[in-house]
Amino acid sequence: MERTEAELIAAALKGDAASFEPLVQKYSPRVFATARRYARRDSEVEDIAQEVWLKAFDKLKSFRGEAPFEHWLMRMTVRTCYDFLRGHQRNRESSFTDLSDPENDWLERFVTAPEMASDHADAAKLLIGRVMKKLSPPARLVITLLEIEDRSVKEIAELTGWSVSLVKVRAFRARAEMRKIVAKMAKEKYL
Amino acid sequence: MNLEELQKKLIAAARTEVLDDRVPYAFEKRITALLASRVAPDNLALWVRGLWRAAVSCVAIALLCGAWTFLNPATATASTSDDLSQSFENTLLASVDQGDQTP
Repeated sequence: MERTEAELIAAALKGDAASFEPLVQKYSPRVFATARRYARRDSEVEDIAQEVWLKAFDKLKSFRGEAPFEHWLMRMTVRTCYDFLRGHQRNRESSFTDLSDPENDWLERFVTAPEMASDHADAAKLLIGRVMKKLSPPARLVITLLEIEDRSVKEIAELTGWSVSLVKVRAFRARAEMRKIVAKMAKEKYL
Repeated sequence: MNLEELQKKLIAAARTEVLDDRVPYAFEKRITALLASRVAPDNLALWVRGLWRAAVSCVAIALLCGAWTFLNPATATASTSDDLSQSFENTLLASVDQGDQTP
C-alpha cells in the first residue's frame, strides 16, 4: 500500500532517509524547473536541487503540516536559488557587444517594426537571458517572480521571507535597474 | 527606440519560455544515498568525539599527576612520603581488615 505524504514525512523525521525518496521523486521536477530560472549550467542546477533536498531533510522539523509540503519546499527552493545568485555575481559587468546574429537581427527587426519582433523568438529569449544575468540578485529574483511568473507581492513575500513593503521597494528598484540595463544594451548597439 | 516597449517584449519572451523540468537519471536515489551516508557516520562521529575528549582529559590528568609526583619529593621528607604510602595502604585495605575482624 502506498504511504501518504504525512506518513513519509513522519518516517523521515525519525531519520529514515529511504522514506524521503518518494518525496524527492515527486517534487524534483518543480525544484529543477525553478532552479533553471536562475542557473543555466546543468551542474549548477543540480547543485541547487541537491542543496534544496539536503536542507529540506535537515529542516523537516520546521514543517508543521499546516500548508502543503510543496509550498514549504518551494519557499526553500526560492531561498536557495537566491543564495546561489548572491554567491555567483560574476560577469554582471560584461558588455552587450558580443550579441549573436539572431539577437542582432531581432533587435533590428524591433527597431524597424516592433510588432514584427515576435515574443516567441529564441533570440528574444536569449536577450532577456542576458539582461537577467546583469541584474543584481534581489532584482533578478523579484523580476522573475513578479513579471515572469506573474506572482502577487504577497506571494513573493511568503516565498522569499521578505516583508510586503520590502518586496514593493525591491520591485520598484528592480524595474529601474532593468530599464537601465535595457537602455545600456540599446546604447551599445546603436551608438 | 522605445525602451519601454522593448522591455515589455523581452519580459513577454521570457514568459513564453517553456520550463524545463527534467530531472537527471536516478537523482532521488543519489539524494537518498547521500542522506543515508550523512546519518550513519554521525553516531560514530559522536562516539569518536567523546572518546577523544576523554583521552585528552586522561592524558592531562596523568601529566599533572606526573608533574606533581616529580616535583613533590624535593619538598617532602622521606618520612612524610612513607606516611603517605602507609596511609594509602591502610585506607585501601581498611575494608579487608574490618572483614577479618568481624566474627
